[in-house]
Amino acid sequence: MKFTEEHEWLEVEDDLVVVGITEHASEQLGDIVFVEVPEAGTTVTKGDEVVVIESVKAASDILAPLDGEIVEANGALEENPGLVNEDPTGKGWFFKMKVEDLSALDDYMDEAEYKDFIG
Amino acid sequence: MADLKRTVFFDLHNELGAKMVPFAGYEMPVQYKLGVMKEHLHTRASAGLFDVSHMGQVILRPRSGDLADVAAALEALVPVSVLGLKEGRQRYAMFTNDAGGILDDLMVANRGDHLFLVVNAACKEADIAHLRAHLSDACEIEVIEDRALVALQGPAAEKALSRLNPYAAGMRFMDSANLGFFGEECWVSRSGYTGEDGYEVSVPNGKAVDLARALLEMDEVEAIGLGARDSLRLEAGLCLYGHDIDETTSPVEAALEWAIQKVRRKGGAREGGFPGAARILDELENGTTRRRVGILPEGRAPMREGTGLFADAEGGAAIGTVTSGAYGPSIERPMAMGYVEIDHAVDGTQIFGEVRGKHLPAIVSPLPFRPSNYKR
Repeated sequence: MKFTEEHEWLEVEDDLVVVGITEHASEQLGDIVFVEVPEAGTTVTKGDEVVVIESVKAASDILAPLDGEIVEANGALEENPGLVNEDPTGKGWFFKMKVEDLSALDDYMDEAEYKDFIG
Repeated sequence: MADLKRTVFFDLHNELGAKMVPFAGYEMPVQYKLGVMKEHLHTRASAGLFDVSHMGQVILRPRSGDLADVAAALEALVPVSVLGLKEGRQRYAMFTNDAGGILDDLMVANRGDHLFLVVNAACKEADIAHLRAHLSDACEIEVIEDRALVALQGPAAEKALSRLNPYAAGMRFMDSANLGFFGEECWVSRSGYTGEDGYEVSVPNGKAVDLARALLEMDEVEAIGLGARDSLRLEAGLCLYGHDIDETTSPVEAALEWAIQKVRRKGGAREGGFPGAARILDELENGTTRRRVGILPEGRAPMREGTGLFADAEGGAAIGTVTSGAYGPSIERPMAMGYVEIDHAVDGTQIFGEVRGKHLPAIVSPLPFRPSNYKR
């Protein structure tokens, strides 16, 4: 699993990159009450705002961590946004994307580096 | 947070794992370990304890010895009947300005030989200056610095507070009384700002932590932060000063005319005589061009403060703005309040809120969003 400075986790699964937010991020956001995920087939550029999360406190955007195409989004979150708090690295995943070059993930932090990053 | 003031409960908040934030010049708990959602639901299901010591507590004592003189003087600043407030009773009021806007909203209690006011933290310095400027001839104005203020709210509040003093159970909604706790006289009202039954207790600083700990040790009671306080009051349809009401909103635009008794209205025995009376009395007769309403978004996306409101899904000219918006944990959907042009203020009207560039459907809805649970 890889991690971004925006507190996303990335995991390669069947040549696709699965993206969600870390437990640390979900704790900081508080109770999540709304998630809007992108439609499958959307082409995204790294840094695009692809997911909107609203917690009891505020709205936040989740950025595309890589260039690529969204091939599947976690529709369960629209009905049950609390999954992001309950199981951020499991059932609370946001989307799966197809990327040209999986080696682009190497630029991101591994778990030990991320733990240092969040102190 | 060096410049921020702290309440007497600061160490207790930290001990309870509170997340502290700056609020109205104070360092206050926005949430504890339970988090906003569970704190909200706990208050509705059982009882929540809130530190509201940042709010201003002010006593007005008549120089003449006759409380009616203070009540009459205060009526020059508020459009409500203070002379009609019986001993041992409290009511909601607002200071108005000459333009008919609202300087602050407050609670006034008749405590026999004096009036007791509770005002908003963010406005208290201005309110005290306002009182001194206008009421110094009629009364002594005493700002209470040696007492904390806690609110105990929820269906189990009566059971919890009555364990410490059984007389609490005998109070009705908006009663005000002296009750002893830990050998100290506390000023208790059966009121609050959550839509639940409950109490506000003004307690001497020296016993405040003891009282809070005694309540928190009870199974029914959890500490509740400002985050849940906000979602609770919004579900209850109650205004937050500086957001839903301010110097530019009149009490009638704000749908607070229920707080203006007949005796202060046109044809009443003490008609007018408060700042902005010309506008407010006219609006009571003839209505306003905009009005505060409840708004229920039809989808799951919250419509936050500042969200533009429209009559058409295509947009066009805005018909209003959201002034408070959040997720309602008890109603399990997003909720908002805001001002809309009067033609769109009828319950059931379809409107649209602009969220991230999209015009999302919402319905103008009655307030409160959830029936209140006061012990009348």
